[in-house]
Amino acid sequence: MKRIAVLVVGVLALGAIVWAQNPLLINGAGATFPYPIYSKWFDEYHKKFANIQFNYQSVGSGAGIKQATEGTVDFGATDGPMNDDQLKAFQDKRGSGILHFPTVLGAVVPTYNVPGVSGALDFTPEALAGIFLGKITKWNDPAITGANKGVNLPANDIVLIHRSDGSGTTYIWTDYLSKVSDEWKSKVGKNTSVNWPVGLGGKGNEGVTGLIKQTPNSIGYVELIYAAQNNIPYGAVKNSSGSFVKADLASVSAAAAGAAKDIPEDFRVSITNAPGKSAYPISSFTWLLIPQKFQDAGKRDAVKGFLMWMLADGQNYAEALSYAKLPKEVIEKEKKAINSIQ
Amino acid sequence: MATAKTTLPNAGPVSGSRSFLSRLRDGDEIARLTTMVFAATVVLITLLLVYELWTDSALARAKFGLHFLVTRVWDPNIDQYGALPFMYGTLVTSAVALLIAVPLGIGAAIFLAELAPPRISDTLQFFIDLLAAVPSVIYGLLGVFIIVPLMRTVIFPALNEPLGFMPFFKGPSYGVGFLTAGIVLAIMVIPYIISVSREVLLSVPSDQREAALALGSTRWESTWKVVVPFAKTGILGSVFLALARALGETMAVTMVIGNTPTISASLFSPGDSIASVIANQFTEATGDVYLQALVELGLVLFLMTFILNGLARILIVVTTQKGSGVPV
Repeated sequence: MKRIAVLVVGVLALGAIVWAQNPLLINGAGATFPYPIYSKWFDEYHKKFANIQFNYQSVGSGAGIKQATEGTVDFGATDGPMNDDQLKAFQDKRGSGILHFPTVLGAVVPTYNVPGVSGALDFTPEALAGIFLGKITKWNDPAITGANKGVNLPANDIVLIHRSDGSGTTYIWTDYLSKVSDEWKSKVGKNTSVNWPVGLGGKGNEGVTGLIKQTPNSIGYVELIYAAQNNIPYGAVKNSSGSFVKADLASVSAAAAGAAKDIPEDFRVSITNAPGKSAYPISSFTWLLIPQKFQDAGKRDAVKGFLMWMLADGQNYAEALSYAKLPKEVIEKEKKAINSIQ
Repeated sequence: MATAKTTLPNAGPVSGSRSFLSRLRDGDEIARLTTMVFAATVVLITLLLVYELWTDSALARAKFGLHFLVTRVWDPNIDQYGALPFMYGTLVTSAVALLIAVPLGIGAAIFLAELAPPRISDTLQFFIDLLAAVPSVIYGLLGVFIIVPLMRTVIFPALNEPLGFMPFFKGPSYGVGFLTAGIVLAIMVIPYIISVSREVLLSVPSDQREAALALGSTRWESTWKVVVPFAKTGILGSVFLALARALGETMAVTMVIGNTPTISASLFSPGDSIASVIANQFTEATGDVYLQALVELGLVLFLMTFILNGLARILIVVTTQKGSGVPV
């Protein structure tokens, strides 16, 4: 009997300790693309401040925007900025605005499987738009061979592979194609999933990669991080200053730096086809969506503290996980924006 | 207690001769009410499901009306949605799956129930039950790594060269498509057909077999002409269980169908199915109409399953009336 009593008291005491140390829980949901770095950040931040715990569900950008609007989470995250209708919906529902905070950068790269071609291919915007519109159907089309002198491209039909699931990767890719091709813009447009003129769909980066590996003469697009971590060969793309650039951390950061000078106050900016000689043209920010007004002052201060840390120490974790860091100009601007959170 | 004494212990499910109180005291009434609530739960869940699908697709239903069922376009950028290519894909892949799985499954079940020695039958049944428990994503991987390359390099040339003049076997083949999805579905549903059909065949009374043998029929004649017709209703039930499973399968289909909303007579063409497109696009669907169009697709799938099951019931009733007088 005595032993049981001791046990009960012990368990209760333990429970009380756990209860007393119960951290402030801040819930977020959204984009899957930045999930590895976000979970690293939230983990590191919790180690630093044991009383604050962020909880992030990578459910997709669309779901992130929806949940933030409905107020079921404290913050959202997205790969494509919210459009004006979505901002208005948030304003109507919650009575105050929502702010975009760029966190890191990513890129999307063209990957392919052409028998007999081992080196990296160069793609012009015209070639990519033509292939994805279904107008360029053979690998030896002059639009492709013109940029790849000395590479023996076969006269085979191109098999196009795209994402079948809605995805920020598709948003960035179609955003780029919309900028470089008026026909793409009017016929297809940009979105997390679109009405593809041609091609097969694979689910996720791994589905697209799997289909490309298996299908000779295929071309598709995947996230830079996925391609880098899985040693998937990918091509260079001609940027707005006319040079062919292969995606890497430096060229993606360069794209952000090129766009940073005239970044708008609300940070909702697309940096595809950005200016700059060394800028990789299919790059993008990814954003945290933070409500302008918090009901709970504790949560507000915790979020503000985290954002400041993310812009300073947090950026140092980015490159190890293959994300490009934010340019300095953007960081300075964001620090000012943090003050407007109430 | 006089009433209790005059009633037989097992006088059927509800005996009106005893008072409610005595039945309550014996526990009969409690058991009846409890199980009735459980049964009603199933009906309630179904009704709630339909209600949710109906109300959550109100915007899309109002915007597209019945055109939703005959439109081919699915374009989130112009907010135009049509279910036709997805309905087509769901029906074609399920039909291909049944075409392959029904003869194989029933044949195997007849062997296991009627012809195989019991020890072999039980061992094989163990493996078949294992197959039925494999998660569908595993069958999807099997499809991606084995059937897709096989389709492109072996099955497509073998069918296209002699039969390419027919629209069903026109190229090109990318490996993924209706036929690949149908084959993967067939592999998935065969265990269901075998398991259920075998149980049904085993439950056929042995005096049926003995009577047929006594009349001078061979083993096969007694199996094919007496035992199988006797078990027909149950075997049909197993086929419709398989059909329901094939119609709703998501993961394995999306991995091998090519995810392209096309309507093409060619079985080698890539396509898409209702369950697959919902799984693919639901998380990133931001617009209200877009989201509701996906819910409406769910409603369409529910109705398709409902109609096909209804037809199955009618088929069973009709064939039973015409046929061998098998009790339903």
